[in-house]
Parts: sequence; structure tokens; C-alpha cells
Amino acid sequence: MIWDLHCHLSGVDGKTVDERIAQLMDYADRMGVERLVFFMGWPFLTDPTPQEFRKQNDDVMQAISHWHDRAFGFVYLNAKYVEESLKELDRCVKNGPMVGVKLWVATRCNDPKIDPIIKRAGELNALIYQHTWFKTGGNLVGESTSSDLALMAKRHPKIPLIAGHTGGDWELGIRAIQNSPNVYAGFGGFDPTAGATEMAVRTLGADRIIYGSDIGGRSFSSQLAKVQGADIPEVSKRLILGGNLKRLLTPILNAKGIKV
Amino acid sequence: MIFDTNVYLSRWPFRRLPNDETPALIKKLKQNQISQGFAGSFDGLLHKDIRSVNQRLSDDCKSFGSGTLIPIGSINLNLPNWEADVIACHEELAMPGLRLHPNYHQYQLSDDKVNKLFAMASERKLFIQIAMRMEDDRTHHPLMRIPDVKFEALPDLMKQHDQLQVTILNGMKSLRGAKLTSLTENPNLTVEIAMLEGVGGIEKLMKQVPYQQILFGSYAPFFYLESSLNKLKESNLGMEIEQQIIWQNARERFFVTDS
Repeated sequence: MIWDLHCHLSGVDGKTVDERIAQLMDYADRMGVERLVFFMGWPFLTDPTPQEFRKQNDDVMQAISHWHDRAFGFVYLNAKYVEESLKELDRCVKNGPMVGVKLWVATRCNDPKIDPIIKRAGELNALIYQHTWFKTGGNLVGESTSSDLALMAKRHPKIPLIAGHTGGDWELGIRAIQNSPNVYAGFGGFDPTAGATEMAVRTLGADRIIYGSDIGGRSFSSQLAKVQGADIPEVSKRLILGGNLKRLLTPILNAKGIKV
Repeated sequence: MIFDTNVYLSRWPFRRLPNDETPALIKKLKQNQISQGFAGSFDGLLHKDIRSVNQRLSDDCKSFGSGTLIPIGSINLNLPNWEADVIACHEELAMPGLRLHPNYHQYQLSDDKVNKLFAMASERKLFIQIAMRMEDDRTHHPLMRIPDVKFEALPDLMKQHDQLQVTILNGMKSLRGAKLTSLTENPNLTVEIAMLEGVGGIEKLMKQVPYQQILFGSYAPFFYLESSLNKLKESNLGMEIEQQIIWQNARERFFVTDS
């Protein structure tokens, strides 16, 4: 059972979102990936206006509409626009088919201004994915590190949060979230560097690691390999490849009548 | 049966890697149908005593795995008397090829000494491997930021040495579009797939590069070996093309014998 936390509609041929998701599902079938979470549209917008993120969320909702029990959507928000983001959260999650929130690089997540969004998402049982990176040479102005997320997590200790890319530089990212029990390592979208998964399991435990691919810019191949090739117990691999994500999404999927 | 063109032995300078002991690595390769491969040494990046690096690499390949790994010597063109290392790799250590890291060794492919090296390699029927990068530049140690190798000078260089086989290792992350096709217009230029990304990566690469110029490479043990193995499954290649990529292309170009 493989559930993929981190999918985009980019990096694949197709004029419409429907064509693109259909192609991506072909690749997923080849690799045995059963369920996939999509967020954002294309082109990637680092600081979308409310109008822009609404359009991108419409694209994702259209894409997943034909794949009811297989493809799920996270709503893309911009914490610079708190009121508009709250309305979008209600439109796409409370009253729509989406099951989580995606936050990218518009503002850093340690800023308490983000709190109403996190609180509301928590009330809806929407899973929150925050992009994080530690980049040698410096992050974008609004780009969060896993340390930023750990600070935010302290203010919301009961809400599950995902550190996207495990901080990119995973040796730093894993350490940064080690003492934040409600923060999970989103294990997609960085090179398949050997040893990463072993360190994450050793430091966080297998129940805090979630496989994701970051297709289409990345591949299922390289990202699955991080788990399949790791020297960890099979039971840990099963948790990382699907068990953890399934557990975290089950309440909201059940509430929406989606088959788990 | 798979031929892996991109393996490294010894230690990555910044952390220990799983399977960075040669017997463990060979065991892992064999368990995954890798019959043979070309191995360079991580020591070749920073060590100045390159002669002993290449000697150890050769000894390791001989001592473990009975011919599974074929040693490929490191050459640093900024070391005095590098020519002697080329001769030693060829005549004393019987290596079939040389592996270059121009970015770690701080020279450009447009430098005259690269032309001289290519001439020496050509005359001796050695092939050349050039590693474009060793890790994502966003995760470099802050005191060791190493730019990618620039390949603009390579097409002309290869025209001057038209029998020389050259393979770019770890190049598929950022070599795209015209940058890539300007290189692969030369049929003696090959690329390997270790850092190839994108869903259905090999299928997409084949729209730009003839499959005869694509080689299997894992970049083990730095990368999980399963990454490149999975790529064969994610792209719909067909048995004939897959066989070319995983074995035949290397056999035909580098005179690898079936084992």
C-alpha cells in the first residue's frame, strides 16, 4: 500500500489538468502507488494573489474530480492574505473535496500571523503541509526552514504538521523537528541520498515519516527508493510508504465519505 | 544483468554512507543484478596523493568481488606531473578509463591541459568520465560550495579527438534542452541516469538523446541503488531498449566482456 503525499500537475505533457492527471496515474500504476495527494497548479506561483490561488485550487479540484477515492487535494493558501485564505479553506475543505492545506514560500511560517489559518485547518482535521528547506547560500525571503516550523508547532501542539522536503538538507531538517512530536517529516522532493531514511527512523521514529514524490519534477523512482532501499524493518517501510498518511487522513476522508 | 557506469568507493568526505565498505557495496550490487560496474574513488575529490588513491582503488577492486568493479582512475589536472598519473593508470594499473572532477580540482574544460589529457587518453584508447556534480548544490557544506562543471567547451574538444568516448556522470539534473543536445550530437558522448529526475524520466530523455547514448548509472553508494533501478520500471522502455541501456551500450563502447 503506497500513498503519496506530494504530487503536482507539472512536469508532464497535457493541455488540460484532466489529461495531465491521467498521465500521472499511468506512471503511478507502474510504480504501485495507490493514492496520491495533489496541490498547486502550474505555473508555480511563489506569492499568489487570492485570485491566483483560487484559480490554482480550481485546477486541482477539477483534476481530482475523476479520481474520487484515489486522488486527494490540499488547498494552496498564502498566509499574507489571512482572511482570503480562511475563506478559501472553507470553500475547498469545509465545503469542498479537499483534505489538507499546502503552504509554500510566500511568508515564513514562524510568524504568528499564520495562526488563524493553522487553527482553522486543525478544526477541520485538514492536514497541513508546510514547505521547508535549509539552503546553503540562503533561502528565499519567505521560505521557511524546519526550525521555523518547529517554532510554529509549539503554538499548535495538537495539530499535525508536515515539514515538507524534510528541510531539504535532511541532516539539518531531521534534527530541527526532533523535539516537535506533532511535526512529521515529508520525505519527498530531495535527492535519494543514502542514509537519509535510516537517520530519520533513528531520530524521529518511523511513525513520523511520510513518503512523497514531488512528481512531476521529481520521480516516483528516486523518492520511493529512499524507503525501499533503506536498511530499516519492513514494518517501518509500510508506515512510511502509506500507513502514516492513511492514519492522519482517515478522519477527514471518513467525514467526506471517501473510501479509505 | 546490469552494467553500472557510476559507482564510487572509499569515503564521502562529509558523512559515512551505508555500504561504503567495498564488500558490502559489492554484495548490494550483486543482490540487485548489477554484474559489473566502473568504480571511481571519493578520495579522488580532495586527496593530493592521487597515485595512492588510484592504487587503493585498484587494490580494492581486485581484492573484492572478482572483477565486479573495474577501477577508473582519478586525474587532477592541477597537480604537478599529472601526466605520470595517466601513464600509471594505464600501464601499471591497467585501467580502461579516467574519471575527472574539474569543479573540485578547479579547472575548466577549455583549459589547454584538458586538450592534452584528451590526446593522451585517445592515444592510449582510454575513455573519459566527467562528473558534473556530486551533490545538490543546496546541501553543500557552507565552506565547500562547488559549482557544477560547465560543458560548453566539450563538443569542440571531442571533435578534435574523434575516437574518444566521453561519459558525463551526474549530469541529468541540470543538463537539459539545447545544452544537452549540443553535447549528444556527438555519438561518442554518453550520459548516465543517476541524477535523472522527472516522472517517466528515461522516456523523456529518449526524446532528446538516442538510447544508444544512454547508460545505466546508480551513483551508489551515495544514492540508494533502487533509485536508478526503479527508473527502468517507471519508463516504458521495452526489453530491447532496456537491454541496450543497462548492458549493451557499455559493452559496445567500452569493450566490457559478458560475465
